[in-house]
Amino acid sequence: MSRLVIIGTGLAGYTLAREFRKRDQDTELTIITRDDGSSYSKPMLSNALEKGKSADTLVMANAEKMATDLNARILTRTDVANIDTTENNVTTDKQTIPYDQLVLANGAYTISAPIGGNASEQIISVNNLDDYRIFRSQLEIGKRVVIIGAGLIGCEFANDLSSIGAEISIVDLAEQALGRLLPTTAADTLKEKLSALGVTWQLDNAVTEVNKGDDGLVVSLKDGTTLNADIVLSAIGLRADLTLAETAGIDTGRGIMVDRFLRSSNEHIYALGDCAQVEDLHLPFVMPLMNAARALAATLSGEQTAVNYPAMPVVVKTPCYPIIVCPPPRPVEGAWDEEQTDGGVRATYKDADNKVLGFVLTGDLTRERMAMSKLVDDWLV
Amino acid sequence: MKQWQCLICGFIYDQAQGLPEEGIAPGTSWEDVPADWLCPECGVGKSDFDMVEV
Repeated sequence: MSRLVIIGTGLAGYTLAREFRKRDQDTELTIITRDDGSSYSKPMLSNALEKGKSADTLVMANAEKMATDLNARILTRTDVANIDTTENNVTTDKQTIPYDQLVLANGAYTISAPIGGNASEQIISVNNLDDYRIFRSQLEIGKRVVIIGAGLIGCEFANDLSSIGAEISIVDLAEQALGRLLPTTAADTLKEKLSALGVTWQLDNAVTEVNKGDDGLVVSLKDGTTLNADIVLSAIGLRADLTLAETAGIDTGRGIMVDRFLRSSNEHIYALGDCAQVEDLHLPFVMPLMNAARALAATLSGEQTAVNYPAMPVVVKTPCYPIIVCPPPRPVEGAWDEEQTDGGVRATYKDADNKVLGFVLTGDLTRERMAMSKLVDDWLV
Repeated sequence: MKQWQCLICGFIYDQAQGLPEEGIAPGTSWEDVPADWLCPECGVGKSDFDMVEV
């Protein structure tokens, strides 16, 4: 009997397992995770406060239930130490597990900026449910939050934190919110809407030190400003976790490099989700990994299936100002054509031939998502 | 009117509002949403949704 091993129980690992079991009920399936194996919706971490959810109620199924549902062995709180590509087995801190096919779905880790001070190790980031539990327990103590990073996650958390009356400051090197994704009118409006909820901005600025003070943490900024905080939340981005792939000697770039069949440079090892780079695209979002999971499930059950990426707009969960962004997936020459209407902003990123390469919709215009997506070429065909 | 929430991404389908831009009229009950309909935010199918209290 063939043996499939998946490393990771995030959305990528569990979605793949679920899709695989729809096609194959017999293959021996082992899933290994560093955390407790709870199944939860990661995107909901940034709107759980407003939805009245706690870390515990975000859990949809625990590891035991998932193991039953998926007819799988799930090894929780287990670190994979090594992948032996000669013998085709995985060594954990507890045992050695042979595989015929191995899938790396071990995600990404949060980038941390170099910040000094005697409390810099108290800076937190939220990248999984364990992190989220810590964040929520700190919120019980105080609600003054400094968020480092005015990107997707930073703005979403700011909006969510405002729902419980938190005192929020956002610090970013850039001069606008969602700097790399939005044209100026949309970015300025988002900033205004979040400001109306009480968010204060420290743009074109940076955190240099975090120190212990008499009243919580003291956050020092590049321009000399100091902010008092109970929580310093860093949200400046993700980087694919390549450690395991490197021990296995497989090719890596921004992610574990895989082809359209999600196959790495080792024919028995596949990767998907935030750790994977499919051809030239490393896209740490939900929709790409759902597409990848469906294709890979088919391939692993014997039906070779290449993943296709349509244009995949990202919904920014800022209810105070709904935004959908569909950035060009690759660097490309073009310019924003931005139109402010009563309903919101409609912006298209066009090349010299007037071809739409990407778009942004805000406010009520977010309902034009489907129509706009049709104007954009597929990302991977 | 009920709301249904995507278990994967948190997208909410509100029966009262429907999704007119996708051809689903306001007031369309969840049962009447086509079986091949996919979550607009993450692409999962109807079976991956669950009902949420309003």
